[in-house]
Amino acid sequence: MATIKIPPVLRASVGGEKEVGASGENVGEVLRDLAASHPATESQLFSADGELNRYVNVYLNDEDVRVLAGLETAVGEGDTLVILPAMAGGS
Amino acid sequence: MSPSGAELLRRIKSQIDEVDPSEVHELIDEGVSIIDVRGSEEFATGHLPGAKSVPRGHLESRIEGAVPDRSTQVILYCASGNRSAYAARTLQDDLGYEHVRSMTGGVALWKDRGYEVEIPRALSAEQRDRYSRHLLIPEIGADGQQKLLDAKVLLLGAGGLGSPTALYLAAAGVGTLGIVDDDVVDLSNLQRQVIHNTERVGVPKVDSAEESIRALNPDVNVVKYRTRIDASNIMEIIEGYDVIVDGVDNFPTRYLLNDASVRLKIPVVSASILGFDGQLSVFKPYDGPCYRCLFREPPPAELAPSCGANGVLGVLPGTMGLLQATEVVKLVLGIGDPAIGRLLLYDALGATLTEVKVHRDPDCPICSRDPDQITDEELGVFPDYEAFCAAAG
Repeated sequence: MATIKIPPVLRASVGGEKEVGASGENVGEVLRDLAASHPATESQLFSADGELNRYVNVYLNDEDVRVLAGLETAVGEGDTLVILPAMAGGS
Repeated sequence: MSPSGAELLRRIKSQIDEVDPSEVHELIDEGVSIIDVRGSEEFATGHLPGAKSVPRGHLESRIEGAVPDRSTQVILYCASGNRSAYAARTLQDDLGYEHVRSMTGGVALWKDRGYEVEIPRALSAEQRDRYSRHLLIPEIGADGQQKLLDAKVLLLGAGGLGSPTALYLAAAGVGTLGIVDDDVVDLSNLQRQVIHNTERVGVPKVDSAEESIRALNPDVNVVKYRTRIDASNIMEIIEGYDVIVDGVDNFPTRYLLNDASVRLKIPVVSASILGFDGQLSVFKPYDGPCYRCLFREPPPAELAPSCGANGVLGVLPGTMGLLQATEVVKLVLGIGDPAIGRLLLYDALGATLTEVKVHRDPDCPICSRDPDQITDEELGVFPDYEAFCAAAG
């Protein structure tokens, strides 16, 4: 099971947790597993065509999955996925 | 019978090689070591370009620090060519320097010939005291402090992030601080915006910030812009600044700033905060990714909570603003590893710092192109821009 770090804007969708576990062989499967457990996250992560939304970055450990194999990137036991939407608060 | 002073000087000059200022002028960029043997007060009034100061009274003890290799070509000068003649004899006969010459006529003749002198900018006694803890750090020293005093840093916003950043950059002696903010101080700001105070509720933030900065460090020149940055004024405002500190609270301005700063090749130290979480990165155009490489487009308005009034832990902008100030100082001094190509995620509740990599996007709509190809019309524009701003209110 991989660990997913949940950004502040998505925490309400996962019951307020900062980290949740999810299973899958690759990034796409792990995120689908998250969406299955917490349906409110689905539309925030995935666009209508099933791709990651362009305003959401996902990192496997510290690397952007877009420079790896995207949703096909293999995920091992003990890996951490970081979900990161843009934030703009400053004041 | 002992020789007179004039006779001794004549004798010394016959034992050394002299060189005319015109030849020194030709040699100045050719790798010769030029040593000013006058006193340090004389040196401070103006010296030959690139000359090092080794006062004659300290010649024997300090020359090896300035010229370690005895086979180097060394040219010595003083005010009129006499003290440098004595010094040349010492280097040649007592210390074994192989190629030493004394410049005839000294700096007086040099100036008469119309050649350029450099006037070193020395820190005042008060500045040496004020910045003494910087001067003690080898990576900063007097040269680094001068760089800070020469630096022009623009702060977008005198709010949560801008308050601590402005105060610490002012304290550090950043010579010019531009501040863009069109707001006035509100009581609800004071839980985190530490550059303002209770007496100044209702006062424009740029004026309040200027007052605090002046009280802290009169060396700092504050340039106030009581306006909102937009496509019509951004190029004019940011041009000429060395570093921009981004603490803006909305996506349209972040994209606008990104595009304009890429066009002008100005590095941006960016941070954002929400609740108990902060993000920080340095976007240095063409050396690393830009903001659009990180986030090609903003989230839809319902997922962009920055547009409304949201809660933030009061100390959090302090933490993130000071990380920004630290990155600014590093960029100005050219030291350390700025957070270029890295995004730092700070979780205040967990007391954790997570780092992820940010890559340049070869298809980036902005920084994959030459700066002069970026037009006024596309600054800050992104897909669904109008709808985004309408929804965000």
